[in-house]
Amino acid sequence: MADLTLTSVKKAYGNLNILHGIDLDIKSGEFIVFVGPSGCGKSTLLRTIAGLEEITGGTLEIAGEKVNDVPPSKRGIAMVFQSYALYPHMTVYDNMAFSMRIGRENKTEIDRRVRQAAEILQLTKYLERLPKALSGGQRQRVAIGRAIVRNPKVFLFDEPLSNLDAALRVATRIEIAKLKESMPETTMIYVTHDQVEAMTLANRIVVLKDGRIEQVGSPMELYRHPGNLFVAQFIGSPAMNILPATIEKTGQPTIVSHVGGHNVSVPVATPADAAGTKVSFGVRPEDLNIATGKDFLFEGVVDYIEQLGEVQMAYIQVGRVTEPLVAKLPGNAEIQRGGVLRLTADPGDLHIFDADGRSFARDRLAAKAA
Amino acid sequence: MTAQILSAVFTIIIGVGGCVVYFWTANRLLDVIFPSRGVSGAAAIDNLRRQGYIRPWLFVGPAMLILAVYLIYPVVATLILSVHDRTGQNFVGMANYSWAFGDREFLQAIFNNILWLAVVPAACTFLGLIIAVLTDKIWWGNIAKSLVFAPLAISFVGASVIWKFVYEYRGEGQAQIGILNAIVQYFGGNPQVWISTPFWNNFFLMVILIWIQTGFAMVILSSALRGIPDETIEAATIDGASGFQIFWKIMIPQIWGTIAVVWTTITILVLKVFDIVLTMTNGQWNSNTLANLMFDWMFRGGGDFGRGAAIAVIIMLAVVPIMIWNIRQANREGGGH
Repeated sequence: MADLTLTSVKKAYGNLNILHGIDLDIKSGEFIVFVGPSGCGKSTLLRTIAGLEEITGGTLEIAGEKVNDVPPSKRGIAMVFQSYALYPHMTVYDNMAFSMRIGRENKTEIDRRVRQAAEILQLTKYLERLPKALSGGQRQRVAIGRAIVRNPKVFLFDEPLSNLDAALRVATRIEIAKLKESMPETTMIYVTHDQVEAMTLANRIVVLKDGRIEQVGSPMELYRHPGNLFVAQFIGSPAMNILPATIEKTGQPTIVSHVGGHNVSVPVATPADAAGTKVSFGVRPEDLNIATGKDFLFEGVVDYIEQLGEVQMAYIQVGRVTEPLVAKLPGNAEIQRGGVLRLTADPGDLHIFDADGRSFARDRLAAKAA
Repeated sequence: MTAQILSAVFTIIIGVGGCVVYFWTANRLLDVIFPSRGVSGAAAIDNLRRQGYIRPWLFVGPAMLILAVYLIYPVVATLILSVHDRTGQNFVGMANYSWAFGDREFLQAIFNNILWLAVVPAACTFLGLIIAVLTDKIWWGNIAKSLVFAPLAISFVGASVIWKFVYEYRGEGQAQIGILNAIVQYFGGNPQVWISTPFWNNFFLMVILIWIQTGFAMVILSSALRGIPDETIEAATIDGASGFQIFWKIMIPQIWGTIAVVWTTITILVLKVFDIVLTMTNGQWNSNTLANLMFDWMFRGGGDFGRGAAIAVIIMLAVVPIMIWNIRQANREGGGH
């Protein structure tokens, strides 16, 4: 219904550049999540799409129409704010009816749509209340209801769960996922700094850093094959372990030697001129296993253990690496603080990044063969 | 000069020192009369409780005493005076009140006061609000605000003197030194004697108070406007509201409490308006107001304490309900109860 195309969208405040040219194609019905650390420009990007911020360069198209200079209300979008932004002097009903009253819809239509939205969001009981008489979760639902009644082509969410407590956040996250399911035609764009929200909700995740897109892809793509060091460390918790390493043999697979002293075969293709260059070698904590055979990837002393029941986080000091490696091991694994531990990992779960932090081309067939 | 400074310093020392000495001594005395140390446990607890009961009164006592002397006593005395004759000696019942409501001048003053009430608070609040909104959007907004605020620092009498020059009239053919008549003459009109034109002169006097009080309304409303969350305005923008609709349907309702406080505060001030009328017309040409009329009867032409007091009581009765409502509203705004 509504594709969204951003072509080198730029945003600057005076000399301060916030967005450095964003190129992005969003297909109708997609659930897109913008994720990134504070100050990466994700909220600004959302606000430029909403029309609350003017675009200083590039073009934004919604459903094939350039909307750079179209006012927010005419863009076919609705936005849910982190602070809910409910009108404090209006009842829940009036909050939801406001946009339609401004648009001079007829009364029966307004009533029908408000009650329908209230029904979906279980707010029927609270229609006559003022926002101050509602809990945080209810307020957030009213904010979502206010967006639903506008029947938008594109839903924009600006960190909608950040003001809720942990339990409510999970419940509301599931509600939003269900809401998306019930509106398969509607495009949703969601801003968060929480990677769990990004992973669970998104069809595609857009990772932003310093006003630039680092990588766009499905949650699993980003998790399995991060395009660069930043994405590798941003997605996944605890973050991916990164160690300095050197390329010993280029080609497919690549052989690297890391500080642990071992040569490891990584199923990625490297060009011949990369031989001998310094690279970063990465492996996720959850991909590390305790070595049972002779072969192992790392050997180190267990520095500290965090037992979480289901799993335990082992912090392992390997060689001269200053930061201990983190390994997510089964909760019942017999390990001891101060003891020596040997770890291994599936070659397909190993990553290397060049000096600029970019990953190398990965051949999945080769990974399977290894 | 030196002597004056010395005497001022001396007065301050006496005043502040006196307060310190009072509180210290009173406190000390309480500890001596009801000792909590060096007595048996039960007695100490008893004494501590007594101390806790008495101490607040020691501290608010002086303030309450001053309030009683300067507020409650005058109110009671005025009530008593208002039912006595011009000398304050002979009881006359409600005669002063029945006189007032039959007096042409009194009725004129009431009418004028109602006129002031209808115009000044509304004009100040409206202008203050408009200026507060507009100055938020321009780079020289703060300069403009300072200029609008400045008259608030001028006394009513001083302001009246300034405006006397604005309204100054010189006979036809002479150079007009009043700016208003100068402008009228420049555009080919006839100069007017503004402040002695009955009925309309009321409005010329009101302009002075509006000029002074708009700054007050502007400052309070400006801070209230800044307290409105930006997101509600952005949400309304997305909902399709125009600037005008956002102002009336989103911003105004959110600062409604503050508007009410500003409005009533100015209303109370208007009910007591005195200095401007005294300085500009002294109530002549049908421009009298209650406060000035009261002053006239009380202290002029030999003085009639009874009638003066009766007018004072009427002003007070008019102010009190607005005052109570105002204080309640202000408390609610401040998150109090």
